[in-house]
Amino acid sequence: MTSDDVAAAPILATRGLVSGYAGSRVLHEVDVELPEGGVLAVLGRNGVGKSTLVSTIMGLVRPMAGSVTVAGREVAGSRPDRIAKLGVGLVPQGRRVFAPLTVAEHLEIADRAGRKGDWTRDRVVELLPRLGERMRHRGDELSGGEQQMLAIARALLTNPTILLLDEPSDGLAPSVVHQVADVVREVCGAGMSVLLVEQNLRLALSVADRVVVMQKGSVRWDASVGEFRRNRERAEELLGI
Amino acid sequence: MSATSSGMTPAPAPVRRPFPVRTTVLVGVVVLLLALVPWTFGAFTVATFTRALVFAVLAMSVNLLTGVAGMPTLGQAAYFGVGAYTGALVAIHWSDLGVLQLVLATLAGVVAALVTGPLAIRGRGVAFLMITLAIGEIGFSAAGRLDSVTGGTDGLSGIPPVVAVPGTEGLVNEGLIYYYVLVVAVVAYLAVAMLLRSPFGLTLRGLRDNEGRLRAVGYRTDSYALAAYVYAGGLAALAGSLWASSQRFVAPGDLGFEVSALALLAVIVGGVGSMWGACLGALVVVFTQDYLGQLFSGHAPLLLGLLFVLAVYLLPKGIAGGRSQWRRLFPRERSQEDDEAVTPV
Repeated sequence: MTSDDVAAAPILATRGLVSGYAGSRVLHEVDVELPEGGVLAVLGRNGVGKSTLVSTIMGLVRPMAGSVTVAGREVAGSRPDRIAKLGVGLVPQGRRVFAPLTVAEHLEIADRAGRKGDWTRDRVVELLPRLGERMRHRGDELSGGEQQMLAIARALLTNPTILLLDEPSDGLAPSVVHQVADVVREVCGAGMSVLLVEQNLRLALSVADRVVVMQKGSVRWDASVGEFRRNRERAEELLGI
Repeated sequence: MSATSSGMTPAPAPVRRPFPVRTTVLVGVVVLLLALVPWTFGAFTVATFTRALVFAVLAMSVNLLTGVAGMPTLGQAAYFGVGAYTGALVAIHWSDLGVLQLVLATLAGVVAALVTGPLAIRGRGVAFLMITLAIGEIGFSAAGRLDSVTGGTDGLSGIPPVVAVPGTEGLVNEGLIYYYVLVVAVVAYLAVAMLLRSPFGLTLRGLRDNEGRLRAVGYRTDSYALAAYVYAGGLAALAGSLWASSQRFVAPGDLGFEVSALALLAVIVGGVGSMWGACLGALVVVFTQDYLGQLFSGHAPLLLGLLFVLAVYLLPKGIAGGRSQWRRLFPRERSQEDDEAVTPV
């Protein structure tokens, strides 16, 4: 999807979302919309609340105010497992694979918990063949790239309709970042909607069709990729590049 | 790695975790060696082995929570006590049949864990440890005060000898009691081993490593934590029933903090997360306390303290982790196959 104007109804939306930790507010009335089948890139410097946004959507952080809707259904404050069952998959920042479990066990654990659908172990291994060669290796024996692919595979096996990717390029070699981009395009081609939190501007712009820029816990700019590219000065000012 | 490779990689088969042949043979050999104990040692040593086996079942219960599910506990003595008193009361008032005592004691432990578990699993880490410690202390206190049921601080004595097989005499011979406990302990070990190889066991390992990730995949982790707690409660109660049958006396001291702490020590010495390690740790702790403690006239607590310090410094992963620690100290020469196996992306 490369259109500047994605008109589809949002499959994921936050309205006036306020969230944070232990009484400290990190997000201030955040409004974002992810159209069905689209890729929304959430950009911003370190510490602006991007990962808190993802964690709040996933239910890992309880919102203080505002709403989160998934396919029109209010999920703000719901348990993460309920949100996952509604079709939201998370690839967390830093991969965070289960260190003592093998690749095969990761796939099994995700397969058993997730919704049934087109994403089967066969299909995931077909998409990420390296994992097929690493089935008996523990999570902590994998390289950073393999761990990232495993984290993506784990999320895909829950058959999500919305995939939340939190800084998937973090700490990866450029060649592996390309592969992550390929995977994002592949899952989008399969009809999945993706919310991509990223600091790697090149990766974000290569896959997204809309961009949200955050600053100090608020959305400062919501633009199509085309508009973002055209307004270089504003982008540089907000992102500090 | 090609994300868009068109080549079909063989699909991963569902993970099967059968008992490895080597492990099965090893368990068989250990059981055979244990079966020789009454033929090899005197009555005192056999009785010590009996206590060690009971303690091994309790240590497995502690390890299931602490090592497998990642919920360190200091309260398993409470369920051990529930099982011990239930087994004793069944034996005194109803039936001297061992199977009945074991089943009812286990059920009582399960019910007790079901009632207290929802409170305990609200916390994790230190909070969970403190809540379980409180549960253990409440159990200890209740056992001392409920005179009409538990006999109060005097405890319950006059427990009739357990009947292992219907229609036979009760077991009074130290060697026969040992065999009764050995059979039940082996069955308990196999039951736990099967649990750990099941999808439920896999989920518990995921729970230990990172609960948040497991929840984000779609697991209701509290249910799994409660199920583990209840399973461990039942296992501890089974050990309690064995204790009542073998000692034929139950007192509030059997529910004390010291019992929970020693069971945790057994798990640490044996290797957190390893069931055979926990059993071996139980053997080491009981023999240090009962055998060496006697040789060094009443210095058992000092010896146990030394054991703990030595385990932490020399074997931080316990006896079961000794092999991997040895490998780290003396790595074998890498083969080409190894090099290929760890080639990063």
